[in-house]
Amino acid sequence: MGSRVELLNQLDSNLGKSNINNLIKDTPARVVFKVFNYIILAIIGIISLAPLWHILMLSFSNPNLIPKAEGLVLWPFGLWPRPIEVDRLGNELVASLAGYKTIFKNQQLIRGYANTIFYVGAGCFLSVVFGALGAYCVSRRALFMPHLVVIMMISMFFSGGMIPLYMVNKALGLVDTRWVIVLNGMVSIFNILILMMAFRNLPEGLEESAQLDGAGHLTYLFKIALPLVKASIAVITLMYAIGKWNEYITAQIYLRNPKLFPLQIILRQILVDTNLPADLASEVNSQAGSQGDLKLIIEYATTIVGTAPLLCIYPFIQKYFVKGIMIGSMKG
Amino acid sequence: MRISDIKKDWARNKSVYFLALPLIIYFVIFNYLPIGGILLAFEHYDARGGTVGSAWIGISNFVNFFSTYYFGRLIKNTLIMSVYSMIINFPAPIILALLLNEMENRAFKKTIQTMSYMPYFVSTVVICGIIQDFVGTTGLISQALVKMGVYHKPTDMLGLRDFWTFRTIFVISNAWQSTGYGSIIFLAVLSSVDQELYEAAKIDGAGRWKQTLHVTIPGIQTMIMMMLIMQVSSLLNVSMDKIILLYRPTTYEVADVIMSFVYRSGIMQGEYGYSTAVNIFNSVVSMVLLITANAASRKFSEFSLF
Repeated sequence: MGSRVELLNQLDSNLGKSNINNLIKDTPARVVFKVFNYIILAIIGIISLAPLWHILMLSFSNPNLIPKAEGLVLWPFGLWPRPIEVDRLGNELVASLAGYKTIFKNQQLIRGYANTIFYVGAGCFLSVVFGALGAYCVSRRALFMPHLVVIMMISMFFSGGMIPLYMVNKALGLVDTRWVIVLNGMVSIFNILILMMAFRNLPEGLEESAQLDGAGHLTYLFKIALPLVKASIAVITLMYAIGKWNEYITAQIYLRNPKLFPLQIILRQILVDTNLPADLASEVNSQAGSQGDLKLIIEYATTIVGTAPLLCIYPFIQKYFVKGIMIGSMKG
Repeated sequence: MRISDIKKDWARNKSVYFLALPLIIYFVIFNYLPIGGILLAFEHYDARGGTVGSAWIGISNFVNFFSTYYFGRLIKNTLIMSVYSMIINFPAPIILALLLNEMENRAFKKTIQTMSYMPYFVSTVVICGIIQDFVGTTGLISQALVKMGVYHKPTDMLGLRDFWTFRTIFVISNAWQSTGYGSIIFLAVLSSVDQELYEAAKIDGAGRWKQTLHVTIPGIQTMIMMMLIMQVSSLLNVSMDKIILLYRPTTYEVADVIMSFVYRSGIMQGEYGYSTAVNIFNSVVSMVLLITANAASRKFSEFSLF
């Protein structure tokens, strides 16, 4: 483990240094390669965004025009500079927010949002508390801590699997409660190890001088140590929060009560099972004549609403995210 | 370790042990109790007896599994899916990282990086929704394939049971989601390759291509081996998240993998003993694969995880 952490530190310090490539004179082959490289990378970038862009544009389109879509839709139907079409009754078919308006009236989706926010919030809070406290303890030089670390690491290689874990949750009475989502996966041994390293890397004198001043473990931990390792904690928490926001499998296994469903399960019902919740379905039926393909519009709008929060904050957290992945890939 | 040492340690570090209690309890409950639960695999589970008190039936759950028609189908599907996925998705991030590394226009590089990491933030559920929309009867991709003459009439591609369709959808959508994200770590390693090595290679008359071959690739070799070992060891662990959203009873033939089967038989049908047995079989084979891959790597490339 130690050598990997060194490697990580090394990666960290090297990140951002530019290559020396620009000192090389370009041969014709090199120029061809450069052009080719621009093109390939541009294509990769476009492919990464295209599906979401397509859906975003469709979600603003006029429902009646959606069946006309051919190929990638780069601009909403019914929005300038696309020609504004007119239906048989003489109504202008302009772009609309009908999809968004409809889904934001949907109780289940809103509740799904609220539930997910609770699961992410409570999960983050508890995972930081348990993780930081636990990592701090195992980083102390007490006689049995190394044994404890080894024992915990064994669980990285052996696990009971899906059903035994289900039985444990069932025995604890957690099935079909909010806590099953919060507690499962709350603490990962891997995060503990990362934080343990961070605590160990703090200067040794720090704790001694704190102790001389009469600080106990808790004072030292919360007043001195935690602020110093907050970058590591932030990265770990961020990765945890993204995972939690997007996770659906735990809820799929353990939850039956629709009131507890996180956003992802609601999204599954709308997008994958294409079963609209009752109130949306009746809305679609009541407007079947006038609104065209409201059902599709609802699906597109839901896709965007379910994805937008993470995509909007992503550019701001990219730096931490990259760091998190580097830590994460040291797992092996 | 003498008793007096323990006493001294206890006196000094008692509070640390108490503080560690919540963590220990959490681990016991969520990581170690389930390991005990593998008992289930050797039992005929009934609700009254529970995990400990159900009737002991030895290895007949395993025998059952090995003798059903599912066994061959699951192994086949799982291996095809993971090997196919590995062939595409293992080199893809490395190639992307190499291309990005050669890009001298930093602003352009940064933009492409930001764009290519983005799909990682889209949840599995939403991706499956998008897939369904794109390859459905009126979907973007299936329409394009009709135009290209691959299909004669509008086709719902997720309903097809041929060798390639479902698996290709699975593999390509994984590539879309994780290539950019996977390239991050390789880029980081690439930027840590010692620049003096490039200088030395240039002095020796190596062109760009030779430099890539003899400096860059060896520089990221360790990371590549590490990733490869991990991939090989998880050959049977094809994640079920996407599969259980995309498959249907009509496509189980090509789409059902070990973990989706465990989910279906265990969680949905309540055959706890049987599905635990299947899960254990999976874990044991994965463990063997990990050890084998590690040993092979140690032998041939002098790199090993442990």
